[in-house]
Amino acid sequence: MRKLIIAIVSAATLAVFTGSTMVAAAAIKPPSQDWSFSGMFGTFDRGALQRGYQVYAGVCAGCHSVRLLAYRNLLDIGFTEEQVKKIAAEFEVSDGPNDEGEMFDRPARPSDRFVKPFPNEQAARAGNNGAMPPDLSLIVKARKGGANYLHALLTGYKDPPDGVKVPDGMAYNIYFPGNQIAMPAPLSEDAVEYADKTKATIDQMSRDVTTFLAWAAEPELEERKRLGIKVLLFLIVLTGMLYAVKRRIWAKIGH
Amino acid sequence: MASSADTADTQEPGHGEGETRRDFLLLATVAFGAAGAAAAVWPLIDQMNPAADTLADSTTEVNLEPITEGRRIVVKWRGQPVFITKRTKAQIDQARKDDSATDLIDPEKDADRVKKAEWLIMVGICTHLGCIPQGNRQGELRGEYAGWFCPCHGSHYDTSGRIRKGPAPKNLAIPPYEFLPDNKTVQIG
Amino acid sequence: MSTKEFKNPIVRWIDYRLPVFSFMEHELNEYPTPKNLNYWWNFGSLAGIVLVMLITTGIVLAMHYTPHVDYAFDSVERIMRDVNYGWLIRYVHMNGGSAFFIVVYIHIFRGLYYGSYKSPREILWMLGVAVLLCMMATAFLGYVLPWGQMSLWGATVITNLFSAIPLIGDWIVTLLWGGFAVDNPTLNRFFSLHYLMPFVLVGVVVVHIVALHQHGSSNPIGIDTKGPQDSIPFHPYYTIKDLFGLGVFLILFFGFVFFAPNFFGEPDNYIEANSLVTPPHIVPEWYFLPFYAILRAFTADAFIYWPVAWLMTPKLAGVLAMFAGTLVLFVVPWLDTSPVRSARYRPLYKQFFWLFVIDCLVLGWVGANPPEGAFVLIGQLSTAYYFIHFLVILPLLGKFETPRPVPTSISEPVLGGGAAGAGAATKPMEGA
Repeated sequence: MRKLIIAIVSAATLAVFTGSTMVAAAAIKPPSQDWSFSGMFGTFDRGALQRGYQVYAGVCAGCHSVRLLAYRNLLDIGFTEEQVKKIAAEFEVSDGPNDEGEMFDRPARPSDRFVKPFPNEQAARAGNNGAMPPDLSLIVKARKGGANYLHALLTGYKDPPDGVKVPDGMAYNIYFPGNQIAMPAPLSEDAVEYADKTKATIDQMSRDVTTFLAWAAEPELEERKRLGIKVLLFLIVLTGMLYAVKRRIWAKIGH
Repeated sequence: MASSADTADTQEPGHGEGETRRDFLLLATVAFGAAGAAAAVWPLIDQMNPAADTLADSTTEVNLEPITEGRRIVVKWRGQPVFITKRTKAQIDQARKDDSATDLIDPEKDADRVKKAEWLIMVGICTHLGCIPQGNRQGELRGEYAGWFCPCHGSHYDTSGRIRKGPAPKNLAIPPYEFLPDNKTVQIG
Repeated sequence: MSTKEFKNPIVRWIDYRLPVFSFMEHELNEYPTPKNLNYWWNFGSLAGIVLVMLITTGIVLAMHYTPHVDYAFDSVERIMRDVNYGWLIRYVHMNGGSAFFIVVYIHIFRGLYYGSYKSPREILWMLGVAVLLCMMATAFLGYVLPWGQMSLWGATVITNLFSAIPLIGDWIVTLLWGGFAVDNPTLNRFFSLHYLMPFVLVGVVVVHIVALHQHGSSNPIGIDTKGPQDSIPFHPYYTIKDLFGLGVFLILFFGFVFFAPNFFGEPDNYIEANSLVTPPHIVPEWYFLPFYAILRAFTADAFIYWPVAWLMTPKLAGVLAMFAGTLVLFVVPWLDTSPVRSARYRPLYKQFFWLFVIDCLVLGWVGANPPEGAFVLIGQLSTAYYFIHFLVILPLLGKFETPRPVPTSISEPVLGGGAAGAGAATKPMEGA
């Protein structure tokens, strides 16, 4: 009887946690992928990160900002200080006022945040048929399914099934909730010429930019997992020792 | 019952293996736990150290073209004032002459304080207790050594920014800076 | 009360003027604790430690957080990306909130199972419920601070509930908001109150412990300690047991912090608050889900409103039921009429206890899902059962249940067949 109760309670607890935020929409669950950064020992593949940055800069940056990233953060991807300065200097930021009281433009520095493609939400909507391309700094954490969902979305553009009409300005995507997404398929074969000469298939670009955006959302991931292993090992040893001490102290009391 | 007094390290003879093992185990556990606690406290303290964006935001560029000879300006760098002076020949000569003055409180050669003789770039914070010395604007006092004068407690700095009289212990600090290849701009920090 | 002489003269000097050392000596070394406590008794001290962790990380976070709608979200991201170890401190605080509720819920269920709320511990129990209320307030306020989509919309839904109060409801809501919607004035005051409430909570916890120490802990068999043979000093026995339990807890806790830090959270809260876009599904944090389900169980088409429709709306009924769900806990000591404390000796109550646990989990699952389809009826039935458990089953069980024979003392079952006890002078086993 006890076992049955434990089984029911465990199952119910599991159901509460895994079943929560079940969305009743028509979208299907994104398939699980192997990511270099998943699991307890995951790290970011530097090659994928740099290729992913290329995809972001070449394809996505036209509409999507990453305003929480600063150019200096690119040092973590494997770029050198010089390369980062050069990348930053390609963009202009507003600064000032100068001694005449006027605002002026100057090349961006590593300490500046990534320049936004549109100055504000209204301009972004005006340039995108009324839709707002979301900022991508946290997109991997802000969507259920995370990296798996993002990769599925980027590769999930298909022709709509018979009888489903997609209005002008929208596209059909099998993973997007509601299936109709305002962003047209962003990736096409060879849209980017990779510096490391990897073939830029849609799948490859999608994986790379997803890895890049996963890093953008969680730049602390590698340090977090490294420190986590140390902390857990320490705690397991300490708890073992505490248990031994507890047993010794309680040996006097017949339990 | 448990006659737990203070830390009882003294072993009574005859208690043997059990007691010794427990005390070693206890000691090892306490030591291990204490090390863990110390490691756990560190992030709580380190978070007060300057954050990554504060450390990164540490460069200022200044256009030197508008500064005529004899003029002094103040710019902001890392939240602090930086004095930039285009020195006249007379000021440079005086500064060089004073290299060998006997009453230098913090002896330093003028040539060690500048990269180009006419450009004196210093952090404008008095090394006594942190006030901002006067001498940059028209009408401000420059002190007895024609440099800068700190009104708070009367420190006098010379044309090289060296402390000559008063309670300040050190010369005005020189920040890290570089002249950019265009010969018009200096980058501080 | 033995006033032990301390050897150290400095200690004596201080203790004569402010008896901190005597106090510690009494609380730790002399305070008699039943010797048969099991691991379910660890959760009280565990909750205290989680509270300390939350307050410490919270104070540190407040050094970097800005409580203004234009800066709040970004200040949290700055903590995550730029502040040294900021990500760690934030994740500890965030998961600490969930951990606090897990530990306290288990602590409460322990109380329900073993009858810890029975005389003379009724006030102890009620103080505990007061702690729970403080926790709920603190958690609700805190979740608004990151100013994500769920922060804004969760706050909007819950503050709007107060408009259900007849006559003065709308005025109260405007007072809470400081405006005409949840906006900057609301966020700013929520920050102030979120900083305040934990210290109110600490105060209630102190009184809770004072009440506890009046009669000491209850124990798994529910029989009072009869003498020194039934108790052991808290230190070193329970200090080490609590430390070991803490170690196990920390392994699980940091497992989440380092490897699944967003497990208990909502992805939508990583989207900056936008008052013009409502998220498709507004859900509170998991520890509020059962109460959320109770709130939504009262739909517009139930017939029970007709007689009092001028006063009672479904919205008001839901609000009252939701609060009643917590407040009913206050009167449990009087609802339960059984003379037997521990469920170990109450075979019928034991079954209903587990049924109640399952009911709470079902309510949580209902609360997590949109109020559509089968969830509506399941939610209503589970809500009904929740109150039936307290208001009908508890009182009736006490009257009609035949309890199992209860041991006469704590030491008795140990002697009956246990390992060699150490020198405890006991009487021969009395007839059961």
